[in-house]
Amino acid sequence: MAKANEYETHDFDVLVIGAGGAGLRAAIEAHALGVRTGIVCKSLLGKAHTVMAEGGIAAAMGNVYPEDNWKVHFRDTMRGGKMLNNWRMAQLHAQEAPDRVAELEEWGALFDRTPDGRILQRDFGGHRYARLAHVGDRTGLEMIRTLQQRAVAQNIDVFMECAIRSLLTADDGRVCGAVGYWRESGRFVVFRAHAVVLATGGLGKAFRFTTNSWESTGNGQALALQAGADLMDMEFLQFHPTGMVWPPSVRGLLVTEGVRGDGGTLKNSEGRRFMFDYVPEMFRAETADTEEEADRWYTDKVNARRTPDLLPRDEVARAINSEVKAGRGSPHGGVYLDIASRRSEEYIRRRLPSMYHQFKELAGVDITKEPMEVGPTCHYMMGGIRVDPDSEATTVAGLYAAGEAAAGLHGSNRLGGNSLSDLIVFGRRAGMAAAEYAKARGEELSVNSTQVEAAIEDSLAPFSREEGESPYDLQHDLQDTMQSLVGIIRTESELVEAIDKIEQLKERASKVRVEGHRQFNPGWHLAMDLQSLLTVSECLARSALARKESRGGHTRQDYPKPDPQFAKINHVTRLVNGELQVVAEPLPEIPADLEELIEEPAVPTGIQAISQSGPAPKEGN
Amino acid sequence: MADVKMHLWRGDAGGGEFREYRLPAQEGEVVLDVVHRIQATQANDLAVRWNCKAGKCGSCSAEINGKPRLMCMTRMDTFTEGETITVAPMRTFPIIRDLVTDVSFNFEMAKRVPPFKPRPREADGTHRMAQRDVDRPQEFHKCIECFLCQDVCHVIRDHEENKKHYAGPRMFVRYASLEMNPLDTDDRRELLKNEMGIGFCNITKCCTEVCPEHIKITDNAIIPLKERVVDRSYDPAAWIGRKILRRG
Ligand SMILES: Cc1cc2nc3c(=O)[nH]c(=O)nc-3n(C[C@H](O)[C@H](O)[C@H](O)COP(=O)(O)OP(=O)(O)OC[C@H]3O[C@@H](n4cnc5c(N)ncnc54)[C@H](O)[C@@H]3O)c2cc1C
Ligand code: SF4
Ligand code: SF4
Ligand code: FES
Repeated sequence: MAKANEYETHDFDVLVIGAGGAGLRAAIEAHALGVRTGIVCKSLLGKAHTVMAEGGIAAAMGNVYPEDNWKVHFRDTMRGGKMLNNWRMAQLHAQEAPDRVAELEEWGALFDRTPDGRILQRDFGGHRYARLAHVGDRTGLEMIRTLQQRAVAQNIDVFMECAIRSLLTADDGRVCGAVGYWRESGRFVVFRAHAVVLATGGLGKAFRFTTNSWESTGNGQALALQAGADLMDMEFLQFHPTGMVWPPSVRGLLVTEGVRGDGGTLKNSEGRRFMFDYVPEMFRAETADTEEEADRWYTDKVNARRTPDLLPRDEVARAINSEVKAGRGSPHGGVYLDIASRRSEEYIRRRLPSMYHQFKELAGVDITKEPMEVGPTCHYMMGGIRVDPDSEATTVAGLYAAGEAAAGLHGSNRLGGNSLSDLIVFGRRAGMAAAEYAKARGEELSVNSTQVEAAIEDSLAPFSREEGESPYDLQHDLQDTMQSLVGIIRTESELVEAIDKIEQLKERASKVRVEGHRQFNPGWHLAMDLQSLLTVSECLARSALARKESRGGHTRQDYPKPDPQFAKINHVTRLVNGELQVVAEPLPEIPADLEELIEEPAVPTGIQAISQSGPAPKEGN
Repeated sequence: MADVKMHLWRGDAGGGEFREYRLPAQEGEVVLDVVHRIQATQANDLAVRWNCKAGKCGSCSAEINGKPRLMCMTRMDTFTEGETITVAPMRTFPIIRDLVTDVSFNFEMAKRVPPFKPRPREADGTHRMAQRDVDRPQEFHKCIECFLCQDVCHVIRDHEENKKHYAGPRMFVRYASLEMNPLDTDDRRELLKNEMGIGFCNITKCCTEVCPEHIKITDNAIIPLKERVVDRSYDPAAWIGRKILRRG
């Protein structure tokens, strides 16, 4: 067994951890500003979670509806997040997304086109206008490939299949590097860097049924917390309303919201379009109240209001949950999503090719002929590392965060399409601020070798135990705990029970044992990732316990309504002397002119599509 | 249901063997599910790559009963009950461990692709392209970089020495996507001919057959590139002119 003082060292001004959309965009920006930039990622380049995004990138370009502009996008984002969003982030995001999308095109992305040759935009839940730039239903692939190829063309150093274990800090508390290991060889690597950008994505693997891949283990959030940074809004987790429910092996896999954007509707076992029964007060004025009006909306946005099938995700997920509980679900515990009876085969196969493929090959269902069975699945973390809205700086000097790992933009609930835009808007800003910070710090880099060796020893510990549990069994138990006790509907007694169980799991995890040697050993990798999974799970459960109301991605059975007191606060999570603390902090005050935008009348007049967007009449086109 | 019998290749660069695993069958599984169950219950250190489990990331490539395929998109019910299923790593790439191979050849080749070079924007700041003009390059953008086409191509399969001067079908798809992008102004034909070895491809179409994205690699990417490369009237100015005129 190698010793803790054996490792290679690399120097960078800016080290970006993560090669999804956020990390790649951050690295491209930092490199463009002339600083030495490196990227580290756990998988091969181009395989990060971003590759799986389907529906599109939200940006108020106004290509389909010229009435669209950043103000409407800002309003929709704030309302979707039930006003807990950081207003400044929501503003910057809405203002800058169109330029960032145009930039992708300049770097080689090929979006679907409008009849007059511009970027086509599609409808998605919670967005007032058709706003999502897309490529069929594989937009994330287009984004990651474009950014990956740009980064490679710029000759940025990439450390693939290399995982960061801990951040290194200097005496004054600032971040000055990181320790990681090569998955292939199991050898350790030390990065000395002035600034570190965390773009490590989400934490869906804490749950049994999730759209997330093995990478989503909350590493970034846990690394930040341990380095002394604040996390925020950790109670807000998005359950996507439409995951596959059958067969068991694909349970949780995403069915894009694009299905509903393109005309698919939700039905219960009685064939009823139940979403009409679940329209909340906040959205009543802008939502159709008859099936006839909802259907008309796909082609006539002037006189009809939008279908309730496209309410924000939290509303739809809760509605499905209630239908299933009331005994009106489908045979495998979901509800039906029907596009077959509403659109032509040709239309479905052209607009939703990978959904067609996915159901055909994995479930044996032909979505052009039969309805799909769908149900809620753990999808996206709204909470995460607390950042400054303009610079994405965390509360620790030298440490930045962007993308799903960061908090603020989405408040209590994210709108579809707002993540991909988040990645490029705030990825760029993080890269920029990190580069400027690094430049100001000058040349000298150093790390504390005691910290390095402690991190390595901790990583190797599971090999030296004679006996102990398998990390797979522990992950299984954690996922069961989170799924059943901290899921879509929460209640005090269950949250308390969850915290208790997580405590026991932490104890068990400290004695976990791995087999074999260090070379490409997934059991060992999981043993290490378990630590961050447990950390973020605890943050989630504790924040959920503290929020005694229901809002967005957080629903409490014992407090089923929103509470005006909680409308004014974010929960911040931090480590104080090794103890996790959850504190309430007031929301930053929103300027009056922006507040007015949010309250704007819901139903605009005189909307006119300049060109036919995606959804077509029943016959298809 | 009868038990599943799977032979997995276990070993590293120094050598290895197929090992047999038996486990109860479960409904609706794909090969990757079974591999994961073996990993969780019988071989914690089994090395395997995967990410999306939905055929979108191209991580889980392997040779299943001798055929290059994605493990996550190969359903167990496509085999006869009781049949032994053999899963081996891709043969064209050096073994790292178990089912994981060293695919860095592909990333090295990607570094050598001259990047996208767009023409200037229109006066209103947009790029205008008709959908019918982006249909073809969009087909190539579907590539999930599973490298199964690279694995099956006989020019480099069992011919390590050819890797120095042969980009392989995946990269030809990439070149085609750039060459057929209505906005691109670069000309990569000389490079394709002289350094990327497009001439070595003899159009066997094996690559097209294994592509999980159903990209018509040979017909739509390689053959048109070959035609362009041999185009005698080579003249850079005319080349650019033709690219732009091709719209509409
Ligand atoms: C199926 C699906 C469909 C989606 N569709 C859409 C959509 O249509 N529109 C939309 O806006 N959003 C969509 N989303 C959400 C969106 O895709 C994600 O939120 C987003 O891609 C996250 O990007 P990211 O850059 O923050 O992180 P990721 O893409 O998750 O990348 C994280 C990176 O960090 C690396 N990493 C993590 N930990 C470490 C470590 N310890 N050391 C080194 N590297 C590390 C990983 O290897 C990876 O490279 C979808 C999500 C899913 C799952
Ligand atoms: S068609 Fe060409 S690239 Fe494809 S497998 Fe045959 S020789 Fe290789
Ligand atoms: S072209 Fe097809 S087979 Fe080749 S890497 Fe891409 S997706 Fe895989
Ligand atoms: S795991 Fe992504 S393609 Fe198989």
